[in-house]
Amino acid sequence: MAVLVIAEHDNNTLKAATLNVVTAASKLGEVHVLVAGHNAAAVAQQASQVAGVAKVIHADGASLAHGLAEALAPQVVALAGAYGHILFPATAGGKNTAPRVAALLDVAQISDITAVVSADTFERPIYAGNAIATVQSADAVKVITVRGTAFDAAATTGGSAAVESVAAVAESASSRYVGSEIAKNDRPELTAAKIIVSGGRALGSSDKFNEVLTPLADKLGAALGASRAAVDAGYAPNDWQVGQTGKIVAPQLYIAAGISGAIQHLAGMKDSKVIVAINKDPEAPIFSVADYGLEADLFAAVPELVKSL
Amino acid sequence: MKALVPVKRVVDYNVKVRVKSDGTGMDIANVKMSMNPFDEIAIEEAVRLKEKGVVTEVIAVSCGVTQCQETLRTAMAIGADRAIHVETDAELQPLAVAKLLKALVDKEQPGLIILGKQAIDDDCNQTGQMLAALTNLPQATFASKVEVADGRAQVTREIDGGLETLSLSLPAVITTDLRLNEPRYVTLPNIMKAKKKPLDKVSPADLGVDVTPRLKTLKVAEPAGRKAGIKVADVAALVDKLKNEAKVI
Ligand SMILES: Cc1cc2nc3c(=O)[nH]c(=O)nc-3n(C[C@H](O)[C@H](O)[C@H](O)COP(=O)(O)OP(=O)(O)OC[C@H]3O[C@@H](n4cnc5c(N)ncnc54)[C@H](O)[C@@H]3O)c2cc1C
Ligand SMILES: Nc1ncnc2c1ncn2[C@@H]1O[C@H](COP(=O)(O)O)[C@@H](O)[C@H]1O
Repeated sequence: MAVLVIAEHDNNTLKAATLNVVTAASKLGEVHVLVAGHNAAAVAQQASQVAGVAKVIHADGASLAHGLAEALAPQVVALAGAYGHILFPATAGGKNTAPRVAALLDVAQISDITAVVSADTFERPIYAGNAIATVQSADAVKVITVRGTAFDAAATTGGSAAVESVAAVAESASSRYVGSEIAKNDRPELTAAKIIVSGGRALGSSDKFNEVLTPLADKLGAALGASRAAVDAGYAPNDWQVGQTGKIVAPQLYIAAGISGAIQHLAGMKDSKVIVAINKDPEAPIFSVADYGLEADLFAAVPELVKSL
Repeated sequence: MKALVPVKRVVDYNVKVRVKSDGTGMDIANVKMSMNPFDEIAIEEAVRLKEKGVVTEVIAVSCGVTQCQETLRTAMAIGADRAIHVETDAELQPLAVAKLLKALVDKEQPGLIILGKQAIDDDCNQTGQMLAALTNLPQATFASKVEVADGRAQVTREIDGGLETLSLSLPAVITTDLRLNEPRYVTLPNIMKAKKKPLDKVSPADLGVDVTPRLKTLKVAEPAGRKAGIKVADVAALVDKLKNEAKVI
């Protein structure tokens, strides 16, 4: 049976997270992509060009404009009969809808898979990544969210899938989109960035966070990240939080400045290729995962680093 | 309007748990157990809504072994009015918990059901969304702000890229994110008071729910470790390593 991938997008662009899911899906069967949105034909086009995609299903309607789970879940369920696996990215959007789909189908949902062992067996981290569980599903349909950092991104070109249109489900009366505040910046997306500069409580204020870390991120073309403590204190926006309950990242280079390295933070970044820790406490647990540890006051070390790059 | 708040008993977030040597699960014998931190936030939110006069009664629910009653007493010490313990020794997966909770929602008819977004042991992030599906109710996950007025809940959610606001008709299912509130400390007098609050017990069979797991755990293993790194003397040494050894800049 084919595999259905639920595309993540903003009605204009296909989000990179979808590409990693396509790679995971291609290990399971022929890959179909559902683009459910409003005036999202451009996204369906982009999806049809992704290498390895055999078919794009495009559902378009006002009910699907904002990806609300109350509309998206029945849309997926309507198609589910033809599929053995339904895969979502483990993004805020995917995590919001996948369990709703699974419950409507009366099947388990498998969260955040990091490996496909076989058609019914998958690996997933538990306990903040302190263990990897291998789980086997007995359900007819496997509803899964995929951890992007565990699978390479499929190429955005090379495919030439047919786009098939299907009717959009009706609007849900119970839930209404009011608005959103999406920060616009030119930085790479945190989960797709090659380099991440991340700051912790030690930065002390939002102003300091920007003043000290932005020049380094600019120099390196990096995304900015933060610990929970920095986000809670308002030094950095919520969607910069890296960790067990924030974003999972695995860049080529992760620079942690003034972050102690709590297990919940490590859960989100310990699969990075190279980790640099700048911390003035020689005992800070972050040093246990760092390839290069610099025991220093970050307020001196980071500007010096900027100068020497 | 009643608020129903499911609370899970989990290994305390400060404990570093280890994989059992036979690879069948985690070694959680004799480790400190606590209420899932997101559920503390959920109870706190429900109690604040009661203090504002929006909610009239806060009911805490926990599904699992006998010791879940300790978690329920904590919930009542924060301010829940009563508790329901769905007692079972069986392994409970999110779909089963959602079915148990649906049976209780049918019985109690709450206007709000507030769950944690994620249990920090299984890291599933599923139960609230599943409950919303089974009860056919609207959902607002990852909430960082909740306002209830005119029969609707306006909820600000933490999403990728920023924040989103939804308006839900009631009853509705909400799951909490870290920034929703800071739970109060429980005081000794409130712990004493909580001991006298009603705690009902039911079984999955009483609720007519089959909790048989759908996923089988074949094995649990330690994650691949990182090889030990080095300390560098100064910024110049760091730059040299990044350029010439790691070749990442
Ligand atoms: C349910 C739950 C979920 C959580 N989820 C997450 C999550 O997803 N992500 C996350 O990050 N955390 C998470 N946490 C929080 C986590 O437990 C830690 O509290 C948090 O990561 C600490 O952030 P921090 O390292 O910035 O702060 P701290 O632990 O306070 O560390 C600050 C560090 O800065 C160093 N420092 C101070 N001044 C300087 C200086 N001038 N120069 C250099 N170094 C300096 C100190 O030595 C210290 O090591 C979660 C917690 C719970 C309970
Ligand atoms: N056994 C349980 N008893 C009560 N509530 C639970 C239980 N399991 C999960 N929950 C609720 O569901 C939320 C999400 O859990 P999960 O889907 O397992 O990550 C938790 O934060 C709790 O609010």
